[in-house]
Amino acid sequence: MRTYLTFLYRCFRLSFVGDWRYYTWMFVLTAVSLLGLNAYCKQFVHGLVTTGMTDQVSWGLYIANFTFLVGMAAAAVMLVIPAYIYRNRELHHLVIFGELFAVSAIVMAMLFVTVDLGRPERFLHLLRRFNFPASMLTWDIIVLNGYLLLNLHICGYLIYCAYRGRRPGKLFYIPFVFVAMVWAITIHTVTAFLYSGLGSRPFWNSAVVAPRFLASAFSAGPAFLILTLQVLRRFTAYEVADRALMTLRGIVTVALAINMFLLGSEAFTEFYTDAAHGASAKYLFLGLHGRSALVPWIWVSIAMNLVAMTILFMPLSRRLALLNAACVLLIVGIWIEKGMGMIIPAFVPTPLGEIVEYTPTLNESLVSLGIWAFGLLLYTIMVRITVPVLAGRLRENGTAPAEEGVAHA
Amino acid sequence: MTVRIYEGSGEPAGGGSMSRRSFLRTGTAAAGGITALAAALSPLRELTSDDIPSVESFVQKHYKEMTPKDMEAALARIRARVEKRCGVRPEIRDIRPLDGVEFVYALNLSRCIGCRKCVHACVAENNQSRSPEIQYIRVIEMPRGTLDVEQGNHHYDRPKVPDEGHFYLPVQCHQCANPPCVRVCPVEATWQEPDGITVIDYDWCIGCRYCEAACPYWARRFNFTQPRIPAGQINPNMSYLSNRPRGKGVMEKCHYCLHRTRTGRMPACLEVCPTGSRKFGNVLDPESEVSYILRTKRVFVLKEEAGTLPRFFYYFDERYPRGLDPEAIEIERRLRAEEGDAYGALPGADGPAPQRVAAARWDGGSVA
Ligand code: SF4
Ligand code: SF4
Repeated sequence: MRTYLTFLYRCFRLSFVGDWRYYTWMFVLTAVSLLGLNAYCKQFVHGLVTTGMTDQVSWGLYIANFTFLVGMAAAAVMLVIPAYIYRNRELHHLVIFGELFAVSAIVMAMLFVTVDLGRPERFLHLLRRFNFPASMLTWDIIVLNGYLLLNLHICGYLIYCAYRGRRPGKLFYIPFVFVAMVWAITIHTVTAFLYSGLGSRPFWNSAVVAPRFLASAFSAGPAFLILTLQVLRRFTAYEVADRALMTLRGIVTVALAINMFLLGSEAFTEFYTDAAHGASAKYLFLGLHGRSALVPWIWVSIAMNLVAMTILFMPLSRRLALLNAACVLLIVGIWIEKGMGMIIPAFVPTPLGEIVEYTPTLNESLVSLGIWAFGLLLYTIMVRITVPVLAGRLRENGTAPAEEGVAHA
Repeated sequence: MTVRIYEGSGEPAGGGSMSRRSFLRTGTAAAGGITALAAALSPLRELTSDDIPSVESFVQKHYKEMTPKDMEAALARIRARVEKRCGVRPEIRDIRPLDGVEFVYALNLSRCIGCRKCVHACVAENNQSRSPEIQYIRVIEMPRGTLDVEQGNHHYDRPKVPDEGHFYLPVQCHQCANPPCVRVCPVEATWQEPDGITVIDYDWCIGCRYCEAACPYWARRFNFTQPRIPAGQINPNMSYLSNRPRGKGVMEKCHYCLHRTRTGRMPACLEVCPTGSRKFGNVLDPESEVSYILRTKRVFVLKEEAGTLPRFFYYFDERYPRGLDPEAIEIERRLRAEEGDAYGALPGADGPAPQRVAAARWDGGSVA
């Protein structure tokens, strides 16, 4: 127990140690998080009137980000599956970074739902009357918390073992790794069912929503990891083999292609039959009765994804610069598609046919930015601690953190 | 190269102490951090005592778990709060459903002239927020020949109604027998009562708005900020599950005026309707007017395909060609005599057409 507390304390100390780049990065993230906190306090005082949401479009940026982040969290398995099922050695070490990322993504996702509540101080009501299994939201709460615990356990155990200089006992983490694999699929599926289970919203009420969620998550998530791993290798002593990046590249490419295919099938069904319930899709892609706030967004998103896909399919994208460009394009493209393209159009027109458009306010954008900054802050700290521990430079009886720098300029 | 910023050992070695400089630096950084945090939290200073729940209201139980004593205490708290905030002492009770009663509504679309009197009577009766504007009933002006609401107009604003070539479709909560809004609520803050009315415990709702997304009739309304009602416009006759004033961040909707209807009166929207388009009653009583209508008229429900089994029925009562129904002619004659020029005019004072977006969007300042 004592050792464990010392470990936590040393981790805490370690997170304040770094070179000027580390400090700048952490300072910026802290500042943005505080800006977000400030904006949230305003929202807490005045209510959700500080957002662009209305009775007509009753979910917006928050829920869009929530959906996107659940996908990102689920995507951590895309490192785990090749590592453990296909015994891909290169990836074995990297799994932990994927799972740490999952932890921060889940934390961000949960923060996004919390800030979306009109009465956050009543969240304990969930423990006192839990509408399970009828409400999909309760399912989501269970699977998200479960996934968070699983990943915290796996990462925490592996890191702590490395710290003590022990070999991790297989029994204590391998079964959890496999459970987490399946669990990752469920978190995103349940989140998709949250929407597709609503008969009142024809735009969501489609069987393809869940597969599409998974496909887009499994391309955006690993794409994000490709970028993170390179940052890691650039700024720390940590070795990341190019081959690991290429495995991820393969996953991204296939998932993106599937995602585009599903998007195409959906668009076809909506438009070819020209059914009355296609109004939301029409609003999204073409505009409805002269209202077209989302049209530029969705086309930009599709264009980004298409360009990314073209790059990825070319052997040229083995060059890291191109690969990175494709990853950035695709992450942004999918973020737009999930948010502007998936959540908001379902509310336009309303079930009574009224068209009200939605634009996020400055305040809610700040809250969202703040949550992102906070999540990245969390991730940075966790990675900051993990790297020296895994590299054996922070041991129970080992060196002091300040003596091994993070930066190798 | 290793860049060291942290002076000293970075970890207290043995009984070690930090150097003076590093201590000062850490101190300054910590002070800076705390100042920044305090600045970030500063908007919380605007919280009023109303916003901070008392211990009793914080631990208040779910409606269904309250003992009669708990309910008495809760009602007393509400009474005190309303008196403080609105300056009237309300008559507030917890009115339970009656045995052998299931309420349904029937609305005669041939009669409705789209005057929106029901909308405003409902607002006054049920203490809805005036700013931002919350209304439970939406009247849609529909072109002849369709029931596709997407072709309707919510914001019609003409000198006189009804307009030739249109009919009017009022929509409010349909009190579904298979209500998706109830199914999705994560905390069971909304449920269906034995008399068929779907209610909300405003003290239990966490404001997730999942039910609002789930309702196929767009019947639910959310309090995006503290509701405002001008002094003197509060209806003091209240009940726990219906028209007591709501707070910020909770859901509300039509509840068939249960504080009236469970005590033998008619809903406010029905009473005010000048054309007699609205019929309400107990469907389990074969003698009731609604039973007669369901038996003899060709009634239908909106969005039957949603599978929600509404308790709100529409019908076109066209025994006679439009304009030749003796009863309708009689009503119109009487109304014209009583109201003169005002007949068919939309109620002006409250703003006839619903606002397109809740009017009082936040302007960055404080909400009074
Ligand atoms: S009309 Fe909407 S709010 Fe009313 S019971 Fe049905 S689903 Fe619920
Ligand atoms: S807004 Fe309130 S009533 Fe509606 S689902 Fe959420 S907690 Fe339940």
